Amino acid sequence: MTGMQIVFLINAAVTVIAGVMMVTVKRLMHAAMWLILTLFGVAVVFGLLEASFFAIVQVVVYIGAIAILLVFAIMLTRDAVDDSFLQNHRWVLTALIGAIALSGLLLAIFTWPQSALFTAPLADAQRDVGEMGLALLDPQGYLIPFEISSILLLAALIGAVHVGISRREVER
Amino acid sequence: MSFFADPITFISNWLNSLLSNWGIPPGWAQFMLFILGAGALSLGAMVFTIFLIWLERKLGGRFQDRIGPNRVGPWGIFQTIADMLKIFTKEYITPWGSDPVLFNLAPVLAMAAVLAVWAVIPLSSTVYGSNIHIGVLYILAVGALGELGVILAGFASNNKYALLGGFRVVAMLISYEVPMALTLLVPVMLTGSMGLNDITSAQSVWFIWQAPVAALVFFIASIAENSRAPFDLIEADSEIVAGFNIEYSGLKFGMFYVADFLHAFTAALIFASVFLGGWRGPGAELYPALGFLYLLIKTAIVYFITISIRFSLPRLRVDQVMAFNWKYLTPLALVSLLVTALVDKSLPAGQGWLRLGGLLLANLVIFVAADRLVSIYRKRKKQERRVVSGPRPIAVTLREKPAEPVEVES
Amino acid sequence: MIPLYWFLVLSAILFSLGLFAVITRRNTIAILMGIELMLNAANINLLSFWRYLHASRGDMDGLIFALIVFVVAAAEVAVGLGLIVSAYRKRRTVVANELDLLKG
Repeated sequence: MTGMQIVFLINAAVTVIAGVMMVTVKRLMHAAMWLILTLFGVAVVFGLLEASFFAIVQVVVYIGAIAILLVFAIMLTRDAVDDSFLQNHRWVLTALIGAIALSGLLLAIFTWPQSALFTAPLADAQRDVGEMGLALLDPQGYLIPFEISSILLLAALIGAVHVGISRREVER
Repeated sequence: MSFFADPITFISNWLNSLLSNWGIPPGWAQFMLFILGAGALSLGAMVFTIFLIWLERKLGGRFQDRIGPNRVGPWGIFQTIADMLKIFTKEYITPWGSDPVLFNLAPVLAMAAVLAVWAVIPLSSTVYGSNIHIGVLYILAVGALGELGVILAGFASNNKYALLGGFRVVAMLISYEVPMALTLLVPVMLTGSMGLNDITSAQSVWFIWQAPVAALVFFIASIAENSRAPFDLIEADSEIVAGFNIEYSGLKFGMFYVADFLHAFTAALIFASVFLGGWRGPGAELYPALGFLYLLIKTAIVYFITISIRFSLPRLRVDQVMAFNWKYLTPLALVSLLVTALVDKSLPAGQGWLRLGGLLLANLVIFVAADRLVSIYRKRKKQERRVVSGPRPIAVTLREKPAEPVEVES
Repeated sequence: MIPLYWFLVLSAILFSLGLFAVITRRNTIAILMGIELMLNAANINLLSFWRYLHASRGDMDGLIFALIVFVVAAAEVAVGLGLIVSAYRKRRTVVANELDLLKG
C-alpha cells in the first residue's frame, strides 16, 4: 500500500460518501454543498492522474462558476419544496435501475479483453500545458473542436440572456 | 553567515538533519517539515494582519486629517490587540432560522481562501510554498472559493439584507474575475509559463514596464475582487447595513475582518510578484533574505497605494460598478492581451531595448485610444439628455413665463 | 502505483449515483446536479484512460475530449438554470412533474 494508494482510497471514500449524501439529503442547499465536496474530490482525483491543469480548471469552472450558479438558482427559487428521494414512491425501482447500471459498468470494466493493462507499469507522462495549447490551435490537431466549442459557448451565452431576460426590461 | 543570507533554508536543513538523526525515514521527515512550514507560513500571515490593521487605521486617520488610534501603547500599536481581545470575548449569536452548518462554514471558507494563496507566492529565490507550474490558475481557483464563502454567509443568515448584500457582492466578484484572469495572462504570455517562480525569474525588466495597461487593469480588478473602496458595496452603511456580515458576531466576524485585510495585502503581494519583479533586485540571488526584503518593500508600496485609494475616492453604485467592468475593463483587458501578443511575436526575441520600446509604444497607443474613445462616448452621452420632467408650476400668474423643462443626464 | 481499474470503478459508482439523482429527484435543480455528477464521472474515465494508455506517446486526445466536456457542461448548466428560473417566474414551481403544459 503505497502512499498514493492510501491517498486515493481516502479521497474515493470522501467523494462517494459526498455523492450519496448529495443524492439523499432533503434540503436542497445542503445537497449543493455536498455536490461541491464531490467536485472537490474529483479535482483531487485529477491531481492524482497527473493532470494538474484539469484539477485547477475543475475548481475554477465547476466550483467557482457552476456551483455558485446552482446556489444562486436555489436561492432564487426559494418557494420550492425541499424534496427527498423517499417522496418518490418508485424509489426502490429506481435504486434497482441504478444498481443494474452500476453492475453493468463493472462487468464491462472487468471483462475488458486488455485487462492485463490494469496493473502495467506506468510510463512517464509528457505533461505540458503549452503543448495542449498548441494542439488546440493546430489545423491538423484540434482546431475544429476548439472553434465549435467557442461557438457553442457563444450560443449558450446569447440563449441564457434571452431566456432569462424579463419582459419588463425588453419593453423599456 | 549562511544563516543571515538564507535563514529559512538554513533552519529547514538543520531540522531535516535533526529528524534524520532521530531515525525518521526521509520521506516522513520531509512530510513533517512541509506541515511545519505550512503552519509557520499561515501563522506568520495571520499575525502580520495585526500590524496591517493598525497600519490601515493610522494611515486612514492621517488621510482624514486626524491622528488615528494613539491611546493603547506608543502610537496606538496595541490597539489591534485590544480589539482582538474584545472580539474574542463577544458572544456567538447564531440567528434563529439560520442554517448552522453553512453559517459556521462561511468565515472558514473566506479565511482559507486567502491563506491558500500564500502557498504559491515565491517569497525569495529559495523560499516558496510549492512550485506548481500552474500557479496563476491556482490563484484564480482559490479566489473562487472565497466567493463561495461570501454567498454562503449571505444565504445562511436568515436575513433579507444579508441575502441581498451577498447577491450584489458575488455578482461583482464574479464579474471582476474576468479582467483579472485576462490581464494575468499577459505576464504568462511574456514568460511562457504559468508558474509564479518562472514569472518572477523572467523579470529582468519588470512587467509593469512591459505591460503597463495590463498592470493597471489588474490593479483595479484586484481592488474590486477585494471589495475595498471604491468598490465596497457591502460596507455601505447607509445602504445595506453591513451586507452579508450582519448576523455575524464575535470571532466569526473577526475572521471576515481579518480575511478582508489579509486579502488586501495578498493582492498587493501578487501584484508585486507578477508585475513588479517579486524578490528580484540587486544581490537577491546571492542573499535570499535580501530578496524577501525587496518583496516586502514593493508590497508595502502597492499596499500604501491601495489604502490611499480607499480613503480618497467615493463609493461607486452597483450599476456603475458593473458598467465599469463590462464596458471599460474587459474590452481594455482583451485589447491589451491581443496587442501584447502581436507585438511580442513580431519583435525580435531577446531582452533588448527595441522590444521594451515596442511594448511601451503599443501600450501607450492602447491607452490613448481608450482615452479618446471614452471621451467621445461621454460627449455623446451628454448630448442625449433625457427630459425628466416638464414645468410644474405651483402658482403661475398669467404674465409669467413657464419654467424651462428640467434636463437630467440619463 | 494505482491500478487503472480503481479509477474506473470510482467513475462507475459516481455515474450510477448521478443516474439515481436524475431519475429520483423531483426538483429540477437537483436533476441538474445529478447531470453534473454524471459528466464528472465521464471526465474521470476519460482522463484515467488518457493517463494510463496515451500519455506516454504524447497523444492529446483524452485531454482535449475532457476539455470539451468541461465546456459543454458549463454551457448546459448556464442555459438550463436560465430556463429553470424563467419557468419558475411564470409557473411558480420547479418540480419537474408539474412543468407539464406540453403534455398530451
